[in-house]
Amino acid sequence: MTEHHATEKREKSRFGLILHLHPRKVKASTLRFTLTFGLGGMAALLVVIQVVTGLLLKFHYEPSPENAYNSILNLQESLLFGKMLRNIHHWSAIAFVWVAFLHMLRTAFTGAYRPPRDGTWITGLALMLLVVLSNFTGYLLPWDQLSYWAVTVGTSLLSYIPLAGEPIRRALLGGAEVGQPTLTNFFNLHTGVIPLMIIALMAWHFWRIRRAGGVIVADRDKESPMADTKPYLVNREFVVAITLLAAIFIISSLLDAPLRERANPAFSPNPAKAPWYFMGLQELLIHFHPLFAVFILPVTALVAAVWMPYIKSTDRNQGVWFLSPAGIRSARMAAATGMIMAIIFITMSEILPDPEVLLPEVTPLLTTGLVPFILAAGTVWLLLKYLRRRYSLKRSEMIQSIVVLMVVSYAVLTVTGIFFRGGGMNLVWPWNV
Amino acid sequence: MSGRIKDTGSEHRKGRRNFTRRLWKILGIVALAEFLWFILSLLKPSKETHKSRPADTIRVIGSVEEFPAGSVTPDRVNRLYIVREKDGAFLALSLTCPHLGCSVLWNAETQQFDCPCHSSAFDHRGIVLSSPAPRPLDYLPVIIEEGKVKVDLGSMTKRKRFESNQLTYAL
Ligand code: HEM
Ligand code: HEM
Ligand code: FES
Repeated sequence: MTEHHATEKREKSRFGLILHLHPRKVKASTLRFTLTFGLGGMAALLVVIQVVTGLLLKFHYEPSPENAYNSILNLQESLLFGKMLRNIHHWSAIAFVWVAFLHMLRTAFTGAYRPPRDGTWITGLALMLLVVLSNFTGYLLPWDQLSYWAVTVGTSLLSYIPLAGEPIRRALLGGAEVGQPTLTNFFNLHTGVIPLMIIALMAWHFWRIRRAGGVIVADRDKESPMADTKPYLVNREFVVAITLLAAIFIISSLLDAPLRERANPAFSPNPAKAPWYFMGLQELLIHFHPLFAVFILPVTALVAAVWMPYIKSTDRNQGVWFLSPAGIRSARMAAATGMIMAIIFITMSEILPDPEVLLPEVTPLLTTGLVPFILAAGTVWLLLKYLRRRYSLKRSEMIQSIVVLMVVSYAVLTVTGIFFRGGGMNLVWPWNV
Repeated sequence: MSGRIKDTGSEHRKGRRNFTRRLWKILGIVALAEFLWFILSLLKPSKETHKSRPADTIRVIGSVEEFPAGSVTPDRVNRLYIVREKDGAFLALSLTCPHLGCSVLWNAETQQFDCPCHSSAFDHRGIVLSSPAPRPLDYLPVIIEEGKVKVDLGSMTKRKRFESNQLTYAL
């Protein structure tokens, strides 16, 4: 055996794991950063960071209402780098929601959800739910005023689901209110069940990506040459990973994860908000009948997202951001409409008198449920008709416009809930903040 | 598939094969449902062990004289308010706001319960004065025995409106 062969063999074994996850060669065009923004890779790294820091936190954390809060205080104050450890877990958790969400948008807006990538998309949706769930279950663990009331408010949203809501809430809480059984459930889910599910689904996600022949390639790049995974892809992934790690370390050394007073079931803070990623839902609940806000609208959105890959469309302009020039223009219109619609909606329900006071004899299911729902759906339908006529849109571009509109209006609701709701959840106008 | 199977009544066989396949699927679904049932039941009873038995949920809050007529007294340990009407009737109200579960506070000046979370307000009998609360505060029947005010924490009751049978008179 020549020396050259020997080094190659050693190299191969050193990169064996990486080559196990990657094909040997990838299309050169898929290496372009602006296709994926490295978001999938960042999500994978964040899983690793969370598992490592989480397992370390477990050495100090005590899951009981009596000791949880003190164990966190102790971790922060008397353990070398204890505070840093918690900060990393905290800020990575927030980054994870953002990264997974942006990754979802990137795959949606490059048309990468359609077959043969439908399996990737659906495992991805399940991953998104799990990421939010692991955030929510983790949030309770410090047992301070913030986490106790955020979980109380967050799980109370469930009780508005007809019939099944209250039993689900009770099963999750292990009782009628947040207490020791809740902490046991959440701790178990957070440090056992959910991480295992994430890891299993992630493996499936990766397998589906390989089965689909790698990351999506635009038609115009179909002829692009192949490039060796090592070094071209591996080096790029390394740069993204190091940058993300550096950012998390810098943020974690500058900003401390919040910790309020110990949880006190007798006194609620004012205002009591759900965790930030649920604020859009809570904001929706201020305006809409609960049946619509926490049941019909979210379930519709979820079903639509699962169905999305299977809506037939003749065009094949995938792998290009926003599909086509017409796609870009209609997406812009949809974004503007979604934003204006949401703002008008929030302002109207602030200025107009409460329909329950104005029309007490009409059931609120109509006045705050069906009527606004039909109004909103009608606006969207009119917009779509107009866009289709104006830009002669194909079906995939129509779907994209709807997704843009939904995402933007939900984002407006979330921002309002987080930043423009003060004491008693009253609206604080931006010029008074 | 071999030719032999094909030519001797293949339709019949195919039907039977489809049937067994469907049977397997149904069995699979049943097994899954049973498994989920098992998991759910695992979540539940282990939690009940922490709870005390029904007889132990009766709490003595205090003696009748401690609650003057026309007063509202918080009991933060049991998470409730003892209301005593002007005519001496007792009513126990849950501390928990029926909107999203925050703890309401009694405001003696305005004579109403305010929820700090999303501004629901209730009168002294727990009836909604301003939304978003969808229903009045839950109540517990007060038991008066030998001059002591007691409540059964297991008897928390939802209601749509105030009715006079929710009150208890000290005789
Ligand atoms: C733990 C969370 C996740 C991890 C670790 C992960 C990882 C990845 C990776 C590494 C890729 C390939 C490269 C890239 O696009 O960056 C990818 C592609 C993909 N992901 Fe995810 N992902 C996650 C969540 C999601 C979510 C929430 C969705 C959407 C619902 C999703 C849908 C997809 C789709 C459709 C592709 C194929 C893209 C293409 O072929 O161009 N993933 N994922
Ligand atoms: C999958 C990704 C994960 C996410 C998104 C996540 C998220 C969170 C969040 C938001 C908190 C609250 C932190 C705070 O108070 O600011 C938390 C706490 C905690 N997590 Fe995780 N976590 C993940 C994985 C894990 C894993 C795998 C473990 C252990 C096996 C773990 C163990 C813990 C512990 C012990 C705490 C309590 C310490 C504390 O609150 O600072 N986590 N997690
Ligand atoms: S929890 Fe009381 S008003 Fe929302």
